[in-house]
Amino acid sequence: MSFLSYLVSGISLGSIYALIALGYTMVYGIAKMLNFAHGDVIMVGAYAIYTICITWGLPPYVGVLGSIVVCAVLGVVIEKVAYKPLRKASSLAVLITAIGVSYLLQNAALLIFKSDTKSFTSVVNIPSIDLFDNQLHISGETIATIVVSVIIMVALNLFINKTKPGRAMLAVSEDKGAAQLMGINVNSTISLTFLIGSALAAVAGALLCSSYPALSPTTGAMPGIKAFTAAVFGGIGSIPGAMVGGILLGVIENLSKGYISTQFSDAIVFGVLIIILLFKPTGLLGKKINEKV
Amino acid sequence: MQKERKPLKAATKSNLITYGILIAAFIIVSIICASNDKMYQFKGMLVPLCIYSIMAVSLNLVVGILGDLSLGHAGFMCIGAYVGAFFSVLLKDNIPLDWLRFVISLVLGGITAGIFGFLIGIPVLRLRGDYLAIVTLAFGEIIKNIVNLLYVGVDGSGLHVSIKSASDLNMAEDGTVIVKGALGITGTPNDSNFTVGFILLLITVFVSLNLINSRTGRAVKSIRDNRIAAETVGISVTRYKLIVFMISAFFAGIAGVLYSHNISSLNTSTFGYNTSILVLVYVVLGGIGSTRGSIIAAVILYALPEMLRELRDYRMLIYAVVLILLMIVNNNEKFNLFKEKISISRFIQNRREAMSKGAKS
Amino acid sequence: MALLETKNLGIQFGGLRAVDGLDLTIEKGQLYGLIGPNGAGKTTVFNMLTGVYKPTFGNILLDGHSIVGKSQIDINKSGIARTFQNIRLFSQMSVLDNVKVGLHNIITYSTFEGIFRLPSYFKKEKQMDEKAMSLLKVFDLQDEAEYLASNLPYGKQRKLEIARALATNPKLLLLDEPAAGMNPNETAELMETIRFIRGEFSVTILLIEHDMRLVSGICEQLTVLNFGKVLAQGNTSEVLSDPEVVRAYLGE
Repeated sequence: MSFLSYLVSGISLGSIYALIALGYTMVYGIAKMLNFAHGDVIMVGAYAIYTICITWGLPPYVGVLGSIVVCAVLGVVIEKVAYKPLRKASSLAVLITAIGVSYLLQNAALLIFKSDTKSFTSVVNIPSIDLFDNQLHISGETIATIVVSVIIMVALNLFINKTKPGRAMLAVSEDKGAAQLMGINVNSTISLTFLIGSALAAVAGALLCSSYPALSPTTGAMPGIKAFTAAVFGGIGSIPGAMVGGILLGVIENLSKGYISTQFSDAIVFGVLIIILLFKPTGLLGKKINEKV
Repeated sequence: MQKERKPLKAATKSNLITYGILIAAFIIVSIICASNDKMYQFKGMLVPLCIYSIMAVSLNLVVGILGDLSLGHAGFMCIGAYVGAFFSVLLKDNIPLDWLRFVISLVLGGITAGIFGFLIGIPVLRLRGDYLAIVTLAFGEIIKNIVNLLYVGVDGSGLHVSIKSASDLNMAEDGTVIVKGALGITGTPNDSNFTVGFILLLITVFVSLNLINSRTGRAVKSIRDNRIAAETVGISVTRYKLIVFMISAFFAGIAGVLYSHNISSLNTSTFGYNTSILVLVYVVLGGIGSTRGSIIAAVILYALPEMLRELRDYRMLIYAVVLILLMIVNNNEKFNLFKEKISISRFIQNRREAMSKGAKS
Repeated sequence: MALLETKNLGIQFGGLRAVDGLDLTIEKGQLYGLIGPNGAGKTTVFNMLTGVYKPTFGNILLDGHSIVGKSQIDINKSGIARTFQNIRLFSQMSVLDNVKVGLHNIITYSTFEGIFRLPSYFKKEKQMDEKAMSLLKVFDLQDEAEYLASNLPYGKQRKLEIARALATNPKLLLLDEPAAGMNPNETAELMETIRFIRGEFSVTILLIEHDMRLVSGICEQLTVLNFGKVLAQGNTSEVLSDPEVVRAYLGE
């Protein structure tokens, strides 16, 4: 039974990675940039919930909604202020700017909320389930994470493939210039992408801190890097890839924690990533790039 | 008739300026230090400045000259730091000459890091762009993760290695544990000082500049500019990528040895991807591909938060804002046009062109 | 023996035979033209000859030895150099350095000698500079030697690419649309230069070109490709008057 329990909590952790990875991959697909500050948006979202629910004492759903609004606005503002002036700059310049934004968010949080770790109260209010004669215990947070993630992923897929703004996003990620000629507003499409990606990060932050209730200014850093890894794992730019990559990464991490060693789990996760990329140099579902000679 | 003087090549001239700036800075700083007993904060910064300059110059070889994005440079520094510190602690009583022991540690730390650079270079060859970046980041994290759990001890029967615990080493009574897992290595002799750091930086710059301006360097740059064309003129991408990864990792290892001999207790907390990114920031802000720029950016950006210490909690915030503004201003077309207009070298070049045209006609 | 011979050479991309059963014989010293409408498979032939693509079937013999399956690097070392339809210079390097990269396997010294500036470094670098400058002079680029390659005007970039290819000391030089984007004066000048380098460097030249003045002006032999297959082959004047060829080019 322990295998099943590791697997279920792995899928739960992986769903959180997948939600964050979606933000990475959507932004990469459309703006061709690695948004290193994305992990820190999660942290901002979690602090927003903390302020609304614990400091102000409002109910959890207000906290989650408030956090989604805060992050969505933050994402759009970051894009407009920091990334938009660099559209034509080298990808390295944009990467460094994203790193600067990451430092900025972390240190702003440090100033406002101080460095001590806050204990987070779960926003999930679902009873846990015990299966197989109480041998398999699944917490309410795990259930909520998996259910919410599945709903979001299905909705996102429908949005991108069936709606006009969604297809505009696909068009811009394929060819910005051509999309513009077809009458798509590239700027607002990019803003929309940041908005959705950051809103997903807020949801991920709420779920993450409900399952692992410790909040500090660097809370978002490691999940951010893991989710970035997951996005690359699945093939960066590919939305199904981010989902598959995120869940696989979570499962691998939890299984290696359970069966090999807790301390080595990071090394194992990154090791698997390297091996996968050796055989599939553009990730599991990434497009193969052929350079025309 | 006056003998025609051969003009110095532009690259040679630029290199001489770099050496000149470095040596002048060294002399000035040495004089300041000698004339003032206090200024502990300033003096404490000198060795780290050399360390991060070496890191930046060596990373510039991969990012600026080879054109590959690496986010794992701190991993090589970690290897150098641990290998160097391990041998210094191990040989503390066996080699009485401090400098000789330190040189051996430097060479061993550098070579081990270089070997890892080679090993990491092999899988990286198949990858491009962001995939390559994430793999280097992953390697850095793996190295940090494993070193953090590493126990190494030595006794009469030789070396014992474990990744579980000190007791798992099964050592004889007389044995000592040198690498203690998350606690790292303590008691490394304090062999680093500003002069040593400066000499090592000078060597790094010397090797780096000479490499860039040689047959090998041209081959590397041609791969960066156009891999397909490079292959059709007979340049082995594999060979030159591996050479660059190896040399770059070697000097990161040297920086690591310098680092571990400058602090009393060594652990892995310094060697995460944050440090790799910090060094990448130096390279990018210094002007990609410019050795001199890498050093100047490393010095300014390392010293900046230290000097802002008075501002306490606001210093990293200011640092972040400065970073973002620098990137935005630097990539602003209007600003760049303005910069070109006021540039002195441009002015001189225009004058020279005008004069040579005059001479021809 | 012919310098270059291809036997039943072909390549398949998925369901498409981009080149199908090409037999080509180029004698030493010839100036040979490969022409055909867009999409006929001309550049694909170059890509197979230089090892960018591996042929699906058939053989390529250079001086009687098969080069199929060899790496691009080894093929260059055995004597084939090329230019590209879409110019591929080392754009962030100087004009001189572009040619010196071409000399990479001709004048050599080790990384060690380069880093530690041994006497051999200075000697070999001097040889390289002289050789590279003499090549630049052929193309009248000597005054721009220190410019960044990307700062050259288009026509000169094309010339620099030829100079770089020549630096590798090839037996066979492949030129992919050398006159593309040039005005009639530049094209006329280029024709002179191509003739000159054939004699001066005793190199055999195979070129792809759409400019019929250039083709009829300097090519001695022609092969016309259409949809991957040979449409006509032989003397330039005969081939160009072949009604099949005229039809393929002008339509009916």
